[in-house]
Amino acid sequence: MAPLLQRAQQLAERRLPSLTRYRRAEKLPIELHRRRIYIVPTGFGLGFSVLLLVMLVGALNYANNAALLLTCLLGAASAASMLVAFRDLDGLRLGHIRAGHAVAGQPIELTLAFDSSRVRQAIRVELGRDTTAFAIDAGAVVHLKLMMPTTRRGWQSLTRLRVWSNWPLGLFRAWSWLHPEQAVLVWPRPEEAGPPPVAPAEDARHMRLLQGDELAALREYRVGDPQRHVAWKASARHDNLLVKDFERAQNRPQWQLDWRRLDGLDDESRISRLARWVNEAHAQQRHFSLWLPGNIIPNGSGPEHYAHCMNALAQLP
Amino acid sequence: MKRTPRPQATIDAPIDNRAFDLLSGTLAMVLALHAPHLPWWLSGALALILGWRWWQRRQQTGRVPAWLKLPMLVLLTLVVIAWYGSIFGREPGTALAVGLLVLKLLESETERDARVGISFACFALMVALLFDQGLIATLVVALGLLPALATLRALQPARLPTSTRRTVLSNLGLLFSALPLALLAFLLVPRLSTPLWGAPSPRQATTGLSDSMTPGNFTELLTDDRPAMRVSFDGPPPATDLRYFRAYVMGYYDGRGWHRRPPDPREAVAAIEAGTTVSYRITLQPTRQRVLPTLDVPLQAPTQSRMQPDREVLADKVVTEAISYAATSASRYRLQAVLDPASRQRSLQLPTAFNPRSHALAAQWRQRFGSDDAAIVDAALALFHDGGFRYTLAPAPLGRDSIDDFLFSTQEGFCEHYASSFTVLMRAAGIPARVVTGYQGGYWNKLADYLLVRNSDAHAWSEVWLAGRGWVRVDPTAAVRPERVTLGASAAAGDQRDWYRNDWLQDVRNRWDVVNRWWDQAVVGFDALRQRGLLTPFGIRNTDTGMLGLLLAISSVLFVALGLGWALWRREARDHLRAAMHRLESKLARRGITRRSSEGPQHYLSRAARALPTQRHELEALMNLYLSLRYAQDHPSTESVRAFSVAVREFRPLDVVK
Repeated sequence: MAPLLQRAQQLAERRLPSLTRYRRAEKLPIELHRRRIYIVPTGFGLGFSVLLLVMLVGALNYANNAALLLTCLLGAASAASMLVAFRDLDGLRLGHIRAGHAVAGQPIELTLAFDSSRVRQAIRVELGRDTTAFAIDAGAVVHLKLMMPTTRRGWQSLTRLRVWSNWPLGLFRAWSWLHPEQAVLVWPRPEEAGPPPVAPAEDARHMRLLQGDELAALREYRVGDPQRHVAWKASARHDNLLVKDFERAQNRPQWQLDWRRLDGLDDESRISRLARWVNEAHAQQRHFSLWLPGNIIPNGSGPEHYAHCMNALAQLP
Repeated sequence: MKRTPRPQATIDAPIDNRAFDLLSGTLAMVLALHAPHLPWWLSGALALILGWRWWQRRQQTGRVPAWLKLPMLVLLTLVVIAWYGSIFGREPGTALAVGLLVLKLLESETERDARVGISFACFALMVALLFDQGLIATLVVALGLLPALATLRALQPARLPTSTRRTVLSNLGLLFSALPLALLAFLLVPRLSTPLWGAPSPRQATTGLSDSMTPGNFTELLTDDRPAMRVSFDGPPPATDLRYFRAYVMGYYDGRGWHRRPPDPREAVAAIEAGTTVSYRITLQPTRQRVLPTLDVPLQAPTQSRMQPDREVLADKVVTEAISYAATSASRYRLQAVLDPASRQRSLQLPTAFNPRSHALAAQWRQRFGSDDAAIVDAALALFHDGGFRYTLAPAPLGRDSIDDFLFSTQEGFCEHYASSFTVLMRAAGIPARVVTGYQGGYWNKLADYLLVRNSDAHAWSEVWLAGRGWVRVDPTAAVRPERVTLGASAAAGDQRDWYRNDWLQDVRNRWDVVNRWWDQAVVGFDALRQRGLLTPFGIRNTDTGMLGLLLAISSVLFVALGLGWALWRREARDHLRAAMHRLESKLARRGITRRSSEGPQHYLSRAARALPTQRHELEALMNLYLSLRYAQDHPSTESVRAFSVAVREFRPLDVVK
């Protein structure tokens, strides 16, 4: 049933230009209006109209005018609910979209900001197989979080979103496509395991000097801490895992992560190795620099630096 | 990255408690509406099941297991078959449908279940109207749609929290906005002239007049307060003692009761010389009989009916729905001045070997008064009036010689007893006589000028044939209890009335009947015939099905256009500041200071201030206010904009100084 419907819909979109008019991506903000909202009866709506027909024939057959009046009332109310469904979407505005961060293969979080001048209820936004519902108050802004699946690193344009509603009675479904002209940047997936970065000579000397410092302090385990830093003996006497702290980042060896030194690997493998190193360096709060072909990111640390480096890796050709 | 839990819009998601409560409420409403015509134990059992299921789901969501559900289903079917003898037909079908609906609640867990349940409930609501299509019943059933619609709303995933009142109001709003289209469709949907399948079974027991009369079988009728018919007269209504409505004439007595003579098609209609005549229109409630009651004595049969020899009016078809007919009757008349021997013979028929004492009494009267029939009639009426007879709706039972028992021992009864015994006495005395049944009296509704006749106004009286006067109406009940004729049956019953037949209550009910009459005429009685005459005011005498369909299509399109207009209408965000500035500009333009297209507000208003030096301060203040509102802030506050527009309204430019 479902694939058949999908095929019919694809055919309709090919054959009916008005349906495909908005298949092209368009600039934000997008406001839904009458020329792009379509209404079809739902399965329940079709069943209900059959029921109304049965009621009509029954009332006519028994020449029962009260029953006929009731049937007419119910029918007219159903028809009116179609207009209510239309009004539920008409004038809805998608203001902007913010994307989160995700590595290839993991879903990326999108935050859609909808606003509206009037109250709307039970609006559904469909992305792929994922449907999320929201209601919006007059003059309010709703930040709707959606997950979009990703496959590979780099810029990925948004898939079409279907906005629909069968408010209030579920008899009619008003729907429209949202195809915002916006792309999200997907970070490369780091490799599972591999060699640590080769530290430059002066960095190695720096590291030796600091070797006696390793038990200077213990702190609680934080996600991302390397396993070899866990103080197992100390942890056994506590509730939480304790980690040997080599605090003060400026005393830590700096990493120079260099594309050119990764000989013998293809581009994607280099990117995923660099991504792993960037991840590790960020987790260990090291200072690091990233040398990419045509793009050298100088020494730095912190989330912004990390995001900068990942973005650069993601955008490599 | 953590995903916040969100309601999923799948059909198979379990419904929340609110939706389930509303669904249960809808079904409870359906059950309550059907309870009057279901056996009480079935309604009770279904109510228990409904309540239990509601309680059970509160404790733990989940379907009721099949081992519990299936036996209930089988039991329900068996019980319906055992009670009604079949599962087909209106009553058993309804019982089964309501039962199934309640059982559906046992497995209602998902959205799909709830929707199926609500659809079915809507159908069951309509079926309730097949049993009673009165105004109140229809209104209550329409109110039953409210919880049904609320349930459908509650199935929607993300809703803003609203109060119950708001929900009720928005559903009412939906129904009310649908009302015009519904009324239009109601007017224009072509009615069927013949039913597609079996119309309601005629064997359904209704109280009403019947074509035979055994003393005692009116009892049920006389306590039935439902309207039987409504009469509106063309002129003033006839006097209270002339409000006799003739239904059946019964000329055959078998010793126990009176029966209508089978009509003989060769027989001519009894001749009548009319004195004063009355024209009127009667709206008759369904009787499931053919007789059309008419004011005593009808002159012409209404359309689609036939006058019988004894001046009864029988419709061509059984009256299964409310009908309306016009007729003319003579309130002073001479009916059948010449009685042919055969008719005379028939009107003297009495079974032998019954009621010997009555026969003896009649013979005694005949001996005393000789050939003066009128004197015998008076003697009989005097006997009823002075012989210690009592009017009661609960008389003692009578034996084989029922007339003798009544006349000489029990001496209590109501119209049937009096009419029957009087007629027997007359026949025994050799005076042609017969029993006539129908209605007498009624409530005159001053608000809408019509006579409301209830089933409880059913009455029986006698007609005797007197030489030179023809058939004369004699009401022996009036001799016993004159109030029966002047005030009506309920007054005559005295203190035997039930509490709900209290005077003031009866009065309220009689007044309220205006609404019922309107409903019956405008809605219930709107049949194929009236529909065809719908366009008569516009010069179209016969509106056929095609015409109706066309009209329906045209007007539906009209309504859809109206609805679309509403749906597409959007309130434009109005710029009040700009509007106020426009007003100021037009005020100044009337004094000849027109804003040029190249001119900014500052330049323009400065120029205006120069042209109107007396109002320079006012204009400069306006200008500064406008500039600060327009250019100094993003969203000026509503109050300051309003202050500006008030200042503009109060500004009156004086004449320009040249």
